Amino acid sequence: MAETTLTHTSQMDRPQGLRGIAADWASDQRAFKNVSWGKAMMWIFLLSDTFIFGCFLLSYMTARISTRVPWPNPSEVFALRIGGSEIPLILIAIMTFVLISSSGTMAMAVNFGYRRDRRKTAILMLLTAALGATFVGMQAFEWTKLITEGVRPWGNPWGAAQFGSCFFMITGFHGTHVTIGVIFLIIVARKVWRGDFDTGRPGFFTSRRGRYENVEIMGLYWHFVDLVWVFIFAFFYLW
Amino acid sequence: MAEATANGLGQHALHPAHDAAIVAKAETHQEHPIKLYLVVWAWLFILSTCSYLVDYFGLHGYLRWSLILIFMMLKAGLIVAVFMHMAWERLAMMYAIILPPILVLVFVAMMVFEADYTLLTRIAFFGPGP
Repeated sequence: MAETTLTHTSQMDRPQGLRGIAADWASDQRAFKNVSWGKAMMWIFLLSDTFIFGCFLLSYMTARISTRVPWPNPSEVFALRIGGSEIPLILIAIMTFVLISSSGTMAMAVNFGYRRDRRKTAILMLLTAALGATFVGMQAFEWTKLITEGVRPWGNPWGAAQFGSCFFMITGFHGTHVTIGVIFLIIVARKVWRGDFDTGRPGFFTSRRGRYENVEIMGLYWHFVDLVWVFIFAFFYLW
Repeated sequence: MAEATANGLGQHALHPAHDAAIVAKAETHQEHPIKLYLVVWAWLFILSTCSYLVDYFGLHGYLRWSLILIFMMLKAGLIVAVFMHMAWERLAMMYAIILPPILVLVFVAMMVFEADYTLLTRIAFFGPGP
């Protein structure tokens, strides 16, 4: 009886709105009432990562505003010749669609994870990893193309020298994030496939039992990678 | 009566442990119909296509910038709210995560002034661009 009452209190009767924020953040209790520590820490990590990418985009903005030399036109720089005509930004557009698709499959993997559908979860996660790897492959192609055309961190044939350093720094860091995500996706997919989260098998590194929530935490990271690309696409490629 | 008192006492003594167990039980996960994700996915495709078309049709000036920013914010909002399930979190969580990045805009404003000043001094000393 006491427990029901308390459960009721902790779930339903907590104040909402601004009053709820004050109540949740007040001292001597945990601030995030219905979020596990794993999920909360992933969110806080993502917040710190937001600042990292925010600073990259800020420094890019500063460099681009403060240079007297015209900035190279990304629409032309990233155009591809397909079937005899130049199509602007086409590779970047395809990369965007690939990454969004991978976010969609990841969201569905999380959903099937909570439904305890091991097979579908693992397959969707591996599909997500495959799309992520495709993205990194296309990025490698793009880097190769630009490097052969003479883009360097200290200069390029078309305009402001800072273009190269901004490009390599921002897309390089993002690509690294995608690569790490692909590796972790494969690791978590393997755990799902083997049924680690059903049998409570301890993890090889933490020795703790995983739960299907791990899939969602993995998903948070992956969606964040997609999210960063949304901003890079807008500010670096389209602006 | 005695039992009730003991129970009451026990409840008080156990309160912190009790509370932790209950909070752990209250940790919720999100289950939504697959259709929701498919709809959001479709919208992300549409919005990405729109922002690509802004470049394809060569729009420029304030029209271009405002369209890019609108499509960007809509996409980011959909990803954070639905795919990352932020829409269903408590407000304490939303504010803790979403408020700090918004404060970065102050930094943006500072750097815009700084960069404009740098450009001004460069033009003053080296003349307008080559």
